[in-house]
Amino acid sequence: MSWLFGHIDALRDGVRRLLRQPFATLLNVIVFGIALALPSGFYIGLDNVERFSRQLTGEPQISLFLAVDASISDVDHLKGRLQGHTAVGRYRFVHRDDALGQLERSSGMSGILAELDANPLPHAFIVTAKSASPDVLEALRSETIDWPKVEHVQLDSDWARKLDAALRIGKLLVSVLGILLAIALAAVTFNTIRLQILTRRDEIEVSKLIGATNGFIRRPFLYFGSLQGLLGGAAAWLIVAIAVQVLNLELSNLVELFGLNPRLANMSLTQATSLLGIAALLGWLGAWMSVSRHLWQIDPH
Amino acid sequence: MITVSHISKRYPGGYEALRDVSVNVDSGEMLFVTGHSGAGKTTLLKLVAGIERPTRGSVVINGQNITKMGRASLPFLRRNFGFIFQDHKLLFDRSVYDNTALPLVISGFPRREIGRRVRAALDKVGLLGREKARPVTLSGGEQQRLCIARAVVNRPAILLADEPTGNLDAAYAGEIVAMFKAFNQVGVTVMISTHDHGLIHGAEQRTIHLDHGKLAS
Repeated sequence: MSWLFGHIDALRDGVRRLLRQPFATLLNVIVFGIALALPSGFYIGLDNVERFSRQLTGEPQISLFLAVDASISDVDHLKGRLQGHTAVGRYRFVHRDDALGQLERSSGMSGILAELDANPLPHAFIVTAKSASPDVLEALRSETIDWPKVEHVQLDSDWARKLDAALRIGKLLVSVLGILLAIALAAVTFNTIRLQILTRRDEIEVSKLIGATNGFIRRPFLYFGSLQGLLGGAAAWLIVAIAVQVLNLELSNLVELFGLNPRLANMSLTQATSLLGIAALLGWLGAWMSVSRHLWQIDPH
Repeated sequence: MITVSHISKRYPGGYEALRDVSVNVDSGEMLFVTGHSGAGKTTLLKLVAGIERPTRGSVVINGQNITKMGRASLPFLRRNFGFIFQDHKLLFDRSVYDNTALPLVISGFPRREIGRRVRAALDKVGLLGREKARPVTLSGGEQQRLCIARAVVNRPAILLADEPTGNLDAAYAGEIVAMFKAFNQVGVTVMISTHDHGLIHGAEQRTIHLDHGKLAS
């Protein structure tokens, strides 16, 4: 029981210390908030881009364009090969005449196309693979390109893969930024606690003289650091939430322009909890290092 | 209860505060330690309380050799003593109540029990009405009594007082000594250091005298 009382007292003491210097606390919370909002904001942005790209890519499709001189018997032969292929889910044959008709209808180039002597378009297959894995698609592409009368094979999700790779680099950069800022935040807490220890030197000394353990002295500082970190994490969450809200307001104008509904998602509950947890942990870590570093220097005589 | 045997204390830099001092204090005894300034009175009390470590010799309290104790157990040892520091060591940013409560908070007493004991201790030293006051607003004598309240609030078996009457006039000093006698009468072992010979004049308590770190009684 006295163990619990000790922690409640230390927590209360930590809160009191935060409130005693409201301005300094506020500044530290703002520093924490901004420093954490940067990487988490970027992360949320990348997360959203990733989600959109998934939405737009849809199914894993490959387009097989045949040579212009491919005959219907060539087409039948290829149909047979596609039918028997284990990686192919569905396929659709597009006749070159149908393709031309579609192009005339959709692009409004009917005038220009009418000038041409012959249909320049080839026959094509639109193949949907069973798996969306980039490796499977790549294997399918390199296999079909060697088939007779196949002129060109295009991965429709190629751009998505490139985007994915770019996103991965982006996330790596965000991680590096996050780690650097985390170190900075632990350092900020370290210094704050160092100053506190200096101003509380008398109290620490007297407490040690009349039987306080190191744990007893350390505890309020650790609570202080954690609480300050937690508040900073909450500030970061608020900054990101406001930014997302503002961007969504702007993006809603795009709905009419593109017929898309690009609403940015805010942090999920798990992400928000992680942010708060990491922030509190950083505060605790900085405080712990500071107390461990400075407390032994105060040895009363 | 307290057995100090052949103790020496040399500070870094070579100053030797105590040289081969042996003292035995029985349970329930009241002992005065006299000597000029710098004779080693403070060092002796701090060695007994485990605040300083001796260079040679041993201090045994209740059968336990405290000079061999690990750093981690020292805080728990110190809780058995009530120590009155020469320089008071009061916390000036805390109220009289909070200053007195500190040893109980450190030992992890429940809040209600703390309130009861603090008021009892302040009552004993005549500061009950000043709970909310800051130590700065107290007179020298009152500050000294606050120190005593903080030292006895834990109900320690041993009271160690380092120059408790240092800056007080004779009447006040007499009052303080009477207070220690009252604690002694209810069974507390008391060790008081003083350079004020008037204080112990005519006292029936045992007195030891330190001279340049050596026992000279």
